[in-house]
Amino acid sequence: MTAVMTQRPSACPACAVTPAAEALAQTRAATEARVMLSLPTIHCAGCISTVERGLNATPGVRTARVNLTLKRVAVEADPEITADALIGVLGGLGYEAHELDPGVISATATDKAGRDILMRLAVSGFAMMNVMLLSVAIWSGAADATRDLFHWISAAIALPTIAFSAQPFFRNAWSALSARHLNMDVPISLAILLAGGMSLYETMLSGSHAYFDAALSLTFFLLAGRYLDHRTRAVARSAAEELAALEVPRALRIGAMGEEMVAISALAVGDIVRVKPGARVPVDGVVTVGQSEIDRSLLTGETLPVFAGQGQVVSAGEVNLTGPLDVRVTAAGEDSSLHRMADLVAIAESSKNRYTSLADRAARIYAPGVHLLALAAFIGWMVASAGDMRLALNIAVAVLIITCPCALGLAVPAVTTAASGRLFKKGMLIKDGTALERLAEVDSVVFDKTGTLTMGAPEATNLTNHTADDLSVALALAAGSAHPLARALTAATTAAGINAAQVTDVTEVPGYGVEGRLGDRMVRFGRAEWLGAEAGTETAAWLRVGDAAPVEFTFADSLRPGAETAIAALKQQGIAVHLLSGDAAAPVADLAARLGIDSWQASALPADKAAFVQALGAKGQRVLMVGDGLNDTAALAAAHVSISPATALDAARVASDIVLLGADLSPLGEALITARKATRRIKENFAIAAGYNMIAVPIALLGFATPLAAALAMSASSITVSLNALRLR
Amino acid sequence: MEMLVYLIPISLFLGGLGLVAFFWALRSKQFEDPEGDSQRFLNDDWDERPKP
Repeated sequence: MTAVMTQRPSACPACAVTPAAEALAQTRAATEARVMLSLPTIHCAGCISTVERGLNATPGVRTARVNLTLKRVAVEADPEITADALIGVLGGLGYEAHELDPGVISATATDKAGRDILMRLAVSGFAMMNVMLLSVAIWSGAADATRDLFHWISAAIALPTIAFSAQPFFRNAWSALSARHLNMDVPISLAILLAGGMSLYETMLSGSHAYFDAALSLTFFLLAGRYLDHRTRAVARSAAEELAALEVPRALRIGAMGEEMVAISALAVGDIVRVKPGARVPVDGVVTVGQSEIDRSLLTGETLPVFAGQGQVVSAGEVNLTGPLDVRVTAAGEDSSLHRMADLVAIAESSKNRYTSLADRAARIYAPGVHLLALAAFIGWMVASAGDMRLALNIAVAVLIITCPCALGLAVPAVTTAASGRLFKKGMLIKDGTALERLAEVDSVVFDKTGTLTMGAPEATNLTNHTADDLSVALALAAGSAHPLARALTAATTAAGINAAQVTDVTEVPGYGVEGRLGDRMVRFGRAEWLGAEAGTETAAWLRVGDAAPVEFTFADSLRPGAETAIAALKQQGIAVHLLSGDAAAPVADLAARLGIDSWQASALPADKAAFVQALGAKGQRVLMVGDGLNDTAALAAAHVSISPATALDAARVASDIVLLGADLSPLGEALITARKATRRIKENFAIAAGYNMIAVPIALLGFATPLAAALAMSASSITVSLNALRLR
Repeated sequence: MEMLVYLIPISLFLGGLGLVAFFWALRSKQFEDPEGDSQRFLNDDWDERPKP
């Protein structure tokens, strides 16, 4: 099927997202909020009622309805209800949830194209069954006036149906022909039109053979294939591309009249923008006022937050952690580092050699072959029958109908539907039509570290080295801060059953840490230099009680669940595994050792990552890139096939072919196996279709084909192909 | 054979009725969530009395 049209979304996701986000902002002003959430782990009747009951019991929620097919829930609520609050509620029930962008969703919620195909499918199915009934009467011996009457009734049903139902094929064939090339729809349209026209002509002359039923069943089976194809991609597209944008489309500008929210596109160089703690920096700039720490992990892969004070240069996409910062804009919009990264992606994509799908390769051999064969049959029989045009044309049409690719039309979509359904149940979304085929060829995998193999959230590692007193003081101080390290420590110590010490006057010093008073002693918890300690290579926070020597609390990024399983499964399949990170050497080496990855590289810049992937590709390896950050996007686009987790930055998700919906990495190994199985089934299906043709074509060429034989060959091959695809489940 | 004059229109009419019913179901969005609908009947909420 050449209907597999790969639609690459724009290389600049923020551009595509901005109008949607603006629409979102407008709808929020209405009297009710409509929130759409993606629920990757939902799978059963129990889940539906737990989620719906839980949400309906939440104050402010009016209705909540789960759609299990698309794995999402639509919530109508009072305007003050936010998606974050509902995500919290669902998290409490044990379901992972992500916000979807309703502005984008409303465009696809009513799936017009799908409904259109379904409508045509229903009409052709109805007509096929009726005509088939009449045909059975003819095959069992109806003759003369009865046969002619039945043929006329068949024509009256079939011709309008063809005119309506086969339109998608005619349109595709026409656009292919006007672009001066052949696709699968050309022989399909030709077979349908010729079968209809020839049968009408035969009916007028009271001939004995009419192919109305064949023309209709051809239309029906091929539409079924096309519908499957459409549905698979509609489901994937809807969830993958609508996960809400992480890029901030708006910024808080400090103007002469005070603060105002403006669109990023309205910012100019020299404007002052305020970035609140927890928010993403919207532009490239220099800090003018304030002190804080910034998290650059999505841009560079570094896990250690960086201190930001006056004069510090910040880039769009970084996250401000502790204190408010005023930033003077040095580059906005087109010139910002976010956009330069998008340009890098565009370059990588254009250099990527275009992959031709199996179906396209089959069509390229098949379409001209069929036409030549039918033409040869026509010429041959013209010569053999000494110019009997009616006979020669009849045989040529029979050849076209019998070779017509019902089975070929179903071969690919039936398999991809089964395979993507299976992977979707495991929490993987196939975004691109040929992604499965490409995944099957993979022989080496490149992982990013922060956010991909790790959760991008720190975990305390050396709590046992500290005295209970130190721990309780640290907890008392850490509980007052929203810094990731402080939160990790709070969670770990609380879980260990530590009670907070009586620390008074707790204040956060943005960019440095937290301080307070324990009796008459000053206690501080924060950055090494602030406490007069020597900073090590590990991620750490220090505690100093009074004049005592500072003690170190070390942290490591927690491993993503399933990472070990996934890597073990990949190695078992004999696939080379590489680790590429923008982080410092020590944490990368540590993680590589923990997971048993021999090939690793630290401090890799975005361009280095893309170059590494391209170098592997140049050596003839098929690379699967798994990454989540902006620094991975170029590599994701350069790889043969790419996967990103749902928590990845927008740009990374757009650049990748497959999105992992859940937090778990373990389905990765199985996905490769499923992909390989699927490709094998597709090839088997081609073989089955070819086998049928090998038997049927000689019969048609010799002029022995009847409408009954054509109907049998067509139905039998379509059913075998579909059953073979179902074996994948 | 004269029966065919009645039988064929009747069979076409009945088939057409099915087609119209399908169009109605399609337009009233009954094919939006086939997976969910197949699971929902297992749910025992509102088994005792209809949902108000």
